[in-house]
Amino acid sequence: MAAKALTALLTVLAGVGAALALYWVLNKISEMLPERLEERLKPYFYILPAYAAIVIFVVYPAILTVTYSFQTKVGFPTQEFVGLQNYKDLLSNEAFRQTLLNTLLWIAVVPALTVVLGLMVAVLADRLQTRGENTVKTLIFMPMAISMVGASVVWGLIYDFQPKGRPQVGIQNAIVTSFGGDPIAWVQENTFHLNSFLLMVMLLWMNVGFAMVLLSAAVKGVPGETLEAARIDGANERQIFFRVVVPQIRVTLITVFITVLIGVMKVFDIVYVMTRGNFNTNVLANEFYLQFFNNNDQGKAAAIVVMLMIAIIPIMIYQVRSFRAEEAGR
Amino acid sequence: MTTPAVVTEPELETEKKRPKGKETHDASTGRAGWFVYGALAVIVFLWVVPTLGILLTSFRSRDDSKSGGWWNLFLHPGQFANLTIENYDTAINGTNLGEGFVNSLAIALPATFIPILIAAFAAYAFTFMRFWGRDVLFIIIVSMLVVPNFVSFVPMLRLYRDYTPLGGTFPAVWLFHVGFGMSLAIYMIRNYMSTLPTTVIESAKIDGASHFQTFWQLVLPMSVPVLASFAIFQFLWVWNDLLVALVFLGPGEKAPMTVAISQLLGQQGQGQEFVTAAGMFSMILPIVVFLSLQRFFVRGLTAGAVKG
Repeated sequence: MAAKALTALLTVLAGVGAALALYWVLNKISEMLPERLEERLKPYFYILPAYAAIVIFVVYPAILTVTYSFQTKVGFPTQEFVGLQNYKDLLSNEAFRQTLLNTLLWIAVVPALTVVLGLMVAVLADRLQTRGENTVKTLIFMPMAISMVGASVVWGLIYDFQPKGRPQVGIQNAIVTSFGGDPIAWVQENTFHLNSFLLMVMLLWMNVGFAMVLLSAAVKGVPGETLEAARIDGANERQIFFRVVVPQIRVTLITVFITVLIGVMKVFDIVYVMTRGNFNTNVLANEFYLQFFNNNDQGKAAAIVVMLMIAIIPIMIYQVRSFRAEEAGR
Repeated sequence: MTTPAVVTEPELETEKKRPKGKETHDASTGRAGWFVYGALAVIVFLWVVPTLGILLTSFRSRDDSKSGGWWNLFLHPGQFANLTIENYDTAINGTNLGEGFVNSLAIALPATFIPILIAAFAAYAFTFMRFWGRDVLFIIIVSMLVVPNFVSFVPMLRLYRDYTPLGGTFPAVWLFHVGFGMSLAIYMIRNYMSTLPTTVIESAKIDGASHFQTFWQLVLPMSVPVLASFAIFQFLWVWNDLLVALVFLGPGEKAPMTVAISQLLGQQGQGQEFVTAAGMFSMILPIVVFLSLQRFFVRGLTAGAVKG
């Protein structure tokens, strides 16, 4: 293991060293150019490696993915153009439609609930003294630092199921059995999509802290005079919150919502680790993984990604527009 | 972009110093009644109990753990005497988790440090240099922020395999993270650099400093806070990543901790005391990083909110 650690360290140094060397060389090249040309071209030299990384790893593969989605299994001798067949196959498949429905459920529930809970904690904690507020925030925020795999260990214990008669290790089944009920295999229980909702709880647990941190800062940024003015006009606390505070933190609310939304659209780890997509908990990202690795059907995997990309485009447009607005106001 | 998370409003600070719980006529922030305490206590309890559960379970002996949940510790305090670190010993030495820890470091460190330098150069150009197409090129970077990394898996796996010797190696994963972390890094660093006083940079220019010198000696040192924020954000992002590692490295001797633990969870019949010890082991580093560098992490999160 020591040898492995050393190899790892050396590769780290080599990797960072290569990046340093690259810039030194690029700068030397630009300095060898005639002076007028140097001034003109230097900016492009500076952004070249960054742009190369983005084009090679994001743009070019994205284009390839779109073309793959119109083909059969990519890389096999039988690779051929099949038009929209992959999309037709997927959308006419009942299991895939169920996967889409599950993903929509996640989208409908998680972002909105995260924002509401995050705002609630932010506003409540704001009323504590600084020390108490910071402690509360750190405790709620901490799950954000751990991986979804770690979260699956945490919640795997909560949802743990032991057959009837054996001592229950999971707290939910311990509660159920202490009231005389039979233990429930929570992650397998699909009535009313219960298991999907239980997985959503995990993502909520991880994301509420993030929403809280951003929204708390926004709430603190609301000018005190606007609150005072509303009070003088006779508004009650509820009116002040919904008519004065919420409109002023609108931008942050949207940012948090969109961030969580993007995360939810591509949620993978939780489903993969907890159920492998079984028991009707499958979502798009996990289906992508299954098509890609289990079915070895790169065409369908690519088609799923394209559907995801189409859903992301409106967010992308919003992102660019709000960036432009921000720049204009700078 | 402002970083509201680290801004504290002075007037709110003073309001908070008022004695808590006392009803005042000017109902404003700083007032915490029984409802606030009650609601927060419930929420904090719900948030902490899951983690507390695995923390305690990970130290319980196999027999105790089989006989019932971690709350039995409080019902039968005698069991506290049975707490052991044996589970951690089994998790680290008995499986490939120790190796996974080294692999995770070997993946996360370069994937964190390589993009910083590249992005800082680009951000410098976007902030302090004038060139044709600058705004359009930057808008493209902003739009790349929300692109999910799924778009690249199918083609990249193939490109790595067919045209490079990188298939199944650490550099394959680094470069992928570099590509997908790049737009966020440039965006964050550029936003920070644009708040630096331009007069300092102008005067350096008048003194005859080249762009290269200005960057290394002036702008880079001044940008250390944002570089730290990005570094922590990216480090935790890569350390916690499962999918990229699963796609490019898969289970095996190069697997990082997330992959190793997800395999462990997939196996039937693992005792909870062992699984939780493994889980805790994988969370130690992110939690330490988070607790000690929370301020930087929050700033990174605030600025990097939109990462796709």
